[in-house]
Amino acid sequence: MSTAHATDPNQGHELPPGDDSAYSHNVAEGIKTYLAGLGLAVLLTATSFFIAKTHLVWGPSIPVALIVLAVAQMGVHLVFFVHITTGPENTNNVMALAFGILIVLLLFIGSVWIMDHLNHNLMPMDMMMKMQR
Amino acid sequence: MTAVTFSPSSADPHRLGHAHPQGYSDSAAGPAPKRVITGFGFWIFLLTDIVMFSAFFAAYAVLVGETDGGPTGAEIFELPRIALETALLLASSFTCGMAAIAADAGNKRWFYISMAVTAVLGLGFLGLELQEFSELIEHGAGPTRSAFLSAFFTLVGCHGLHVSVGILWLLTMMAQVFAKGFRANIMRRLLCFGLFWHTLDIVWVAVFTIVYLMGTVK
Repeated sequence: MSTAHATDPNQGHELPPGDDSAYSHNVAEGIKTYLAGLGLAVLLTATSFFIAKTHLVWGPSIPVALIVLAVAQMGVHLVFFVHITTGPENTNNVMALAFGILIVLLLFIGSVWIMDHLNHNLMPMDMMMKMQR
Repeated sequence: MTAVTFSPSSADPHRLGHAHPQGYSDSAAGPAPKRVITGFGFWIFLLTDIVMFSAFFAAYAVLVGETDGGPTGAEIFELPRIALETALLLASSFTCGMAAIAADAGNKRWFYISMAVTAVLGLGFLGLELQEFSELIEHGAGPTRSAFLSAFFTLVGCHGLHVSVGILWLLTMMAQVFAKGFRANIMRRLLCFGLFWHTLDIVWVAVFTIVYLMGTVK
């Protein structure tokens, strides 16, 4: 049974990331997947640029909305362009991605958090100058 | 064999260990195909690359206010150009996907057309970015002006460097397909190239959101 498994590479139960066969089995389906991804990405990008410039939205909510739109667009890229799925043949790729996201969040949020506190606790430069006189 | 084979439905109902319905695991079926191993390995590299980018993003976020009396992001960023850059890179991601489909179908003509369009769109993106950089340096807003501009040029320049390398790789792949055809090893390299190009677009989504859009909002 293992020989049958090995001789046909398309019957493997794992897929590399970016493999088109995760979604589609012919050219038309493949193009449709990319078109759907392109349409969603264009929509999200256009919304981001619109929200950044408009005065119709309450000011403080704009950065939050931009972050949400960016995360959504990254998801669209991952699903429609990189072909990351939730299927069992993609478990390894998803686990690696999850670990990568964990490190990115720790690094980014951790740095911003710590440096913000340091800035807060540091004496402003002009006060420091006065004390040295 | 029966001693080590247990019912997968009871021991691992969600097949987290990738147990095969017939009762043997994937490891019992031999090593994964080389295409899977290559793709997964390159995926790990790309994730480490994204971790490197996140360090540059963190540095930028920390230093964004340290303008030292120089220009702020809202004063120097030109959103129409950024929108055009975004459109070019997004379109190139789509044509890169078309090239992958053409390669899977074994269609050389559409593969060359899609790859050539991808290269032209990528070069257009790079041209706009270099134009922006040279204009900033010309107006005295180069990377040496303030900590904010150092972080800006490092982050955006690092992404631009990745795009440049991607275009060189793209041209190499066109030459390799021309010389060797859609052989298994060339197809593996094409898979990795596609992953690389799509990942650049994902990083750009973070760049235009965090650097340009949030920079002009404040």
